[in-house]
Amino acid sequence: MPQSNLKNIALTVNGKEYTAFVEPRMLLSDVLRDELGLTGTHVGCEHGICGACTVIMDGRPVRSCLVYGVQADQAEVSTVEGLADSDGGLHPLQEAFWEKHGLQCGFCTPGMLMSACHFLEQNPNPNREEIREGISGNLCRCTGYQNIVDAVELAAEMISKNKKCDDESSDLQVVQTGRKVNV
Amino acid sequence: MKPAVFDYYSPSELDEALCLLDEFGYDAKIMSGGQSLIPMMNMRLARPKVVIDISKIEELNYIRITDSVIQIGGLTRHFQVEESKEIEQVCPLLTEGMKLIGHSQIRSRGTIGGSVVHADPTAELPVMLSTLGATITLASSEEVRTLTTDEFFMTYLTTTIETNEILVSIEIPIPPANTGYAIDEFTLRKGDFAIVLAAASVTLDEQGKVKSATLCLGGVDGVPVLLDEVTEELIGNFPDSDLILECCNRIGDLVDPEPDIHASGEYRRDLSITYAKRVLERAAMRAVNRKG
Repeated sequence: MPQSNLKNIALTVNGKEYTAFVEPRMLLSDVLRDELGLTGTHVGCEHGICGACTVIMDGRPVRSCLVYGVQADQAEVSTVEGLADSDGGLHPLQEAFWEKHGLQCGFCTPGMLMSACHFLEQNPNPNREEIREGISGNLCRCTGYQNIVDAVELAAEMISKNKKCDDESSDLQVVQTGRKVNV
Repeated sequence: MKPAVFDYYSPSELDEALCLLDEFGYDAKIMSGGQSLIPMMNMRLARPKVVIDISKIEELNYIRITDSVIQIGGLTRHFQVEESKEIEQVCPLLTEGMKLIGHSQIRSRGTIGGSVVHADPTAELPVMLSTLGATITLASSEEVRTLTTDEFFMTYLTTTIETNEILVSIEIPIPPANTGYAIDEFTLRKGDFAIVLAAASVTLDEQGKVKSATLCLGGVDGVPVLLDEVTEELIGNFPDSDLILECCNRIGDLVDPEPDIHASGEYRRDLSITYAKRVLERAAMRAVNRKG
């Protein structure tokens, strides 16, 4: 392999900046796993069928086995490692998958979570049919999908509830501040 | 790493990409979204020595709408067309059909130009472009030429594009107001390539009779098949279901699909009739509703 074929790339993954020196033929999924050590992204079929390697790249879900690492130069990528809080608190989707038994072997789960995460941002109050459509690009060979749909449904409820609580507490603050001024 | 070794170029201007094509000729392959090329490279069905990634050529990424045409740059990604409110307003067929292409992950990366030059006979875009009477513009370092879909699609995965050319844009004429459209397909699983797909466009006159109609099938031959023999029977008549069914029954004699591992030729023929009828009825109904 001639050295000149290698390319320098710089990308942001889960808010952290990384650089890597890679062959152009290295897939983004392999860059994430082998170069950056982020093995949460799973590789299944490696030709764009199974969706296990789904990550968010520049705000859109993509199959990381169908993007070369060199194409992700200067991109912002989110992977399953970025879902939980820095203190380990689970994302509502992760909690809901736990609660509803939305996984068995867990191989498809990182891709399912990333697809569902983007899907719920686009459609915060989906019906079950829309959820099925939203995860249609991800294969699961264990669950039969029922519990995954249940989990995404629960996550949608949890997220909208949290949002409502946040809104209410910020309303409350306004009220409290108002009172303070009155006093 | 599954693909074979290749050299990678990522030009930011069209002229630069065309020069690279002149330089490398047959050794080079253009990559835009990579959603068909990368799977083929991962399986080593394609082993280009040079990959010219055109995804940074911003001048090829646009949607422009005038009074009479929609112009879409070759590098425009599927989701951009799918989500365009302007396109939905003037050409709802395109919006409806985009949603049938693969899955949202594919539509994030896949491009209009890539899909069209890949020319899969069961893909949605070639069928939609044929239905809509679109033209395809190709550029090389020497000339720019515009072709009809009939001139462009040759056979399975083969078009008349030359090795030194890049698809730069497609142009879709905006149809008259009294037009209804529909597209539908039969797939084994959601997002798969279709076994058979059909698209139709029906335009009505003042009295509500059919002024013009187009029906196009995919998955029955190496290229999208326009069935003017079927739709011309509708012209001058009210588009009722009985007439549509009568016309569509003729399709059995007009198409002769090849069998493959997914479906026999006979089954595809049956699906052609069913789906042709479905899209023509739906398009006619929508044309009536649009007319009000």
